Amino acid sequence: MVEDVADLPVRAYRKAYPPSGATFAKLRRCGAAAASVTQTHTEGRNMAVEKFTVEASHIMMFARSVGDDNQVYYDEDYAKDTEPGSIIAPPTFAQASAQFDPNYGLRPSIDGDGWFGSGGKPSGAKPREGGGGGGGGGGGGLHAEQRFIYHRHMKPGDVLSATTKPGKTWEKQGRRSGKLVFSESVTEYRDQNGELVVTAIGVGVRTERPVDQG
Amino acid sequence: MALQASDLNVGDTYTERLVEDLKRTQIVMYAGASGDYNPVHTDEVFTKEVAGYPSVFAHGMLTMGMTGKMVTNYVGDGRLTEYGVRFTSQVFPGDTLDATATVVGVSNGIVDLDISTVNQNGDEVLKGSAKARVDD
Repeated sequence: MVEDVADLPVRAYRKAYPPSGATFAKLRRCGAAAASVTQTHTEGRNMAVEKFTVEASHIMMFARSVGDDNQVYYDEDYAKDTEPGSIIAPPTFAQASAQFDPNYGLRPSIDGDGWFGSGGKPSGAKPREGGGGGGGGGGGGLHAEQRFIYHRHMKPGDVLSATTKPGKTWEKQGRRSGKLVFSESVTEYRDQNGELVVTAIGVGVRTERPVDQG
Repeated sequence: MALQASDLNVGDTYTERLVEDLKRTQIVMYAGASGDYNPVHTDEVFTKEVAGYPSVFAHGMLTMGMTGKMVTNYVGDGRLTEYGVRFTSQVFPGDTLDATATVVGVSNGIVDLDISTVNQNGDEVLKGSAKARVDD
C-alpha cells in the first residue's frame, strides 16, 4: 500500500522511529494518545510521491520563504537570458514534494482527523498514523543531515515522481539528548521521461529526550 | 556570473548574512511553502507545553534553504551539482545567521566548497559542503 511505505526522508524516519517513551508520557498527560507506528520498510525502492508537478508559483513562494529574491526563481523573462535558460527551483526545493504526498503526516488533514498541534488545549489530538507524534519535537525524530545531488535543476513543467529506499542506520551517545539513533534514506526524483533529476539523501535522528538547551 | 577556475584559490571565502532577527512569520512562510507543518516550528503553545522546547524553532531545511541562497549567489544559477549539510544546532526566532563558503579544492571544472552557518553567538548551526561547475 502506497500510504504505508516511506515517502520523504524525514517522514520515513519519523515513521520508523516513533517518539521516545518520555514524549509519549508527555503527550498522554496532554490528552493525546500515542501514535500507532509500524515499520514497513521493505527491500528495494518504495514509491514516495507519485506525481510532483513543479509549478512556477510554488517555486516563487518557496524562494520567498528562504529569503531568496533571485529573479531566476520567479521572473520568466529574466530567466530566459540566464545560463539555465528558464526559471529553475532553488537547491532545496525537492523538500516541498511533501505537498504532493496525499498522506503526509506533518500536515493537518482536512477530513477532521485531528491534529497534534494546539487548539483549545496545548495538544489537540492524537497524531495521524505515520505522523510520528511529537515529530521534530520532544524527543521524536529530528532532521540531522540532508544532501542533494543535482543531475539537473528542477524547473516548471517537470512532472516528477520520487522513490525512496532506506539507507544505513547507526547509533551514538549524545551529550545533550541521550542515545541517538540515526537512519538514512535515499530518495530519487525522476522526470516524466524517467530521467534522474535530483537524488536526496536524508538522515534522521531519534533522540531519547528533547535536546538540552544551553 | 559563474566562477572562473583560474580566479579561485584554496582558502578563498565568501560570506553572506542570511537573516537578521529571524521572525516567526518567516518560519510560517517556510512551513507553508515546504508543506512541513510540524507544530514545533510554528505553534508556541504546543512546542513549550508538549514538546518541551523553550520556543518554536526553525526547520533545519529552512536553514539549509537560506544557506543555499549564499551558495548559489556565489557559484551562479544552475551551477550547483551537490549540496549537503549537517544540522549542528537549533535555530530560534531572533537569531541572526551568517553563512560562509570556503574553497577547499578546484579540479576538472568543479569547485569544492566547505559550508558553515553561524548564529549571533558564533555557534555553528549548519555545517556542510557543496560542489559546483566552474568555467575554465
